[in-house]
Amino acid sequence: MNVGALSRPRSSRRALLISLSVLLIALVVGMEQLAPLFRALFPDQDPAMYERESFLNLTLAHLALVLVSSLVSVSVGVAAGLFVTRPAGREFEPLVSTLAAIGQTFPPAAVLAIVVPVAGFGFVPTLVALVLYGLLPVVQNTIAGLGTVPSQTLEAARGNGMSAWQILWRIELPLAMRVIIAGVRVSVIINIGTATIGSTVGAKTLGTPIIAGLVGNNLPYVVQGAVLVGLLAIVTDLAFERLEQRFSFGEGGNAE
Amino acid sequence: MSVPHFPTSDTASARLVANRVLVTLLGAGLLAAWLLPFATMSPNRLASGQTVGLSEALSDWQVIALLALSAALAVAALRRPLPRELAHGVILLASLGLLLVTLYSLGDFAQRTLVEKSPSARVSQGSAFWVMVFCCALAAIDAFQRASSGWLLRLGYMLIAGGSVAMLFASGHFDDLSIMREYANIRDNFSDQFITHLVFVGSALGPALLIGVPLGLLAHRRVRLQGTLFSVLNFFQTIPSIALFALLVAPLSALGNAFPLLGEWGVKGIGAAPAIIALVMYALLPVVRNTYAGLKGVPPATVEAALGMGMTARQVLWRVEIPLALPVILSGLRIVTVQAIGLTVVAALIGAGGLGAFIFQGLGQYAIDLVLLGAIPTIVLAVIADFTLQMLVVLSKPAGTRR
Repeated sequence: MNVGALSRPRSSRRALLISLSVLLIALVVGMEQLAPLFRALFPDQDPAMYERESFLNLTLAHLALVLVSSLVSVSVGVAAGLFVTRPAGREFEPLVSTLAAIGQTFPPAAVLAIVVPVAGFGFVPTLVALVLYGLLPVVQNTIAGLGTVPSQTLEAARGNGMSAWQILWRIELPLAMRVIIAGVRVSVIINIGTATIGSTVGAKTLGTPIIAGLVGNNLPYVVQGAVLVGLLAIVTDLAFERLEQRFSFGEGGNAE
Repeated sequence: MSVPHFPTSDTASARLVANRVLVTLLGAGLLAAWLLPFATMSPNRLASGQTVGLSEALSDWQVIALLALSAALAVAALRRPLPRELAHGVILLASLGLLLVTLYSLGDFAQRTLVEKSPSARVSQGSAFWVMVFCCALAAIDAFQRASSGWLLRLGYMLIAGGSVAMLFASGHFDDLSIMREYANIRDNFSDQFITHLVFVGSALGPALLIGVPLGLLAHRRVRLQGTLFSVLNFFQTIPSIALFALLVAPLSALGNAFPLLGEWGVKGIGAAPAIIALVMYALLPVVRNTYAGLKGVPPATVEAALGMGMTARQVLWRVEIPLALPVILSGLRIVTVQAIGLTVVAALIGAGGLGAFIFQGLGQYAIDLVLLGAIPTIVLAVIADFTLQMLVVLSKPAGTRR
């Protein structure tokens, strides 16, 4: 996934992460200070700054939504991935893998829409949709990551007298961690985007100014929301890239 | 894909049951049929209705058919008396049968009920219906994997299943269902938006391939470019769809205003132009990445042999490298197609139309049927595109390596 990390020196990626994070925080806190700029750019728009809610609140609500859903997705997803790779659940592995693959072809916006009849409008349906959708990459990568652990390694651990639990905790999970984190990364990035669309079903997120702007034909609102959510996604992705590298063995993060 | 046998613990249940997945699915389906509403009845389009259980909704023969087919599945899940291969066949047939009976029963219930009700009354599917359909599909998928069947059999089964469902729809059997009445109201608009949706996907794929494949070639030939190229493309992929659509709105509307001629060609802030540009931007990373990976996978010895035979660089590219890289490039196309179908939904928010228009219109009016009319066709479209391109990937592999 992280092809981008291939040839760039790590220090420049770190500098990029730090500077974009600073920019994101500055914009979240100080977007209101840019009002003169937006007034100059869009002279015809009367309220050139989204003021119904502070951007700090919107960002925090957005993050809360993504954080809660990702926590649930990751715990359920890793548990499911572990279950189908143990002897007791191995029979379910092909079905769960296929389900995760087919499920990811479902458009996130359609999943969000389908949850509404069941869960109503607001925070809950968005959360449910995010959890359901976020599960799939985590399950898939947990299965894939555990599958990359060489059987000789497992054999050696068993020969050393390690119990099944010890093998899982000390061998399998550490070796699979990079691939699992890559799955979490995909899941979180998709969730940041889907949460934005969640504002169409009444969740308070950074998508709220975007939708308000699109509906009310107010471009500054659109730009303000979109820049923040775009930066948020990129910063998160870069942070995960570093996290992945920390868990890579051998080739120093160049494993593709 | 192929997991021929499963090491199961030697307990009494393991000796009795050969297919625990099927038992689980059957249990879930029956539990849902027993506890959850099979259908709902409401006085009009927007009101919420009262629920109807499976036993009230189905006629006697339908209940008997459901039970008989479930019993067949239960027998097929046991280790004896059916041999494994025969059991897989039984599962495939019985789950298709169950699916069709479930669908037929719902339409039949709507027809019988609405005869005596006011014309504005609506019957819609309940949660038990969805669970049952879902379990049938999963049982069939699992059976295919156990039988480790070839792609031809899968294709045939998909065509038969899809064909029978399509025939049920075409015969007007579901016309009394709420969602189909909603469809009847918007029939012309629906086909327009459906075509718009397909046009968007198509007009994003064309440029994406035209730009992406050469870029992949370039990345393969010029190693130094890779880092920057993939970083930039990865940035595009990371930006949430609605933000990318929205960010294109402002510059494009400025462009359209500044050059009225461009505006006449359709370059303006909302509508098709930003949607297609954003779709192409999203599509580039998978196309470039897979083209690059496909070319990288071509054995250097093969290229050398081709050069040694006196082929020119151009001939090597077209007759050796691209044909050998084709399966991987097509896998990229598969990812991109599925992704574009999903992203076009979001494009409706910037006024581009497509099936997403129904979703967001329906969400605005709290008209669930309208939401489903947008969401279900999108999902079906994505799954069909995924399956078709998967077939193409298989067919593009050299004959001996297909499976």
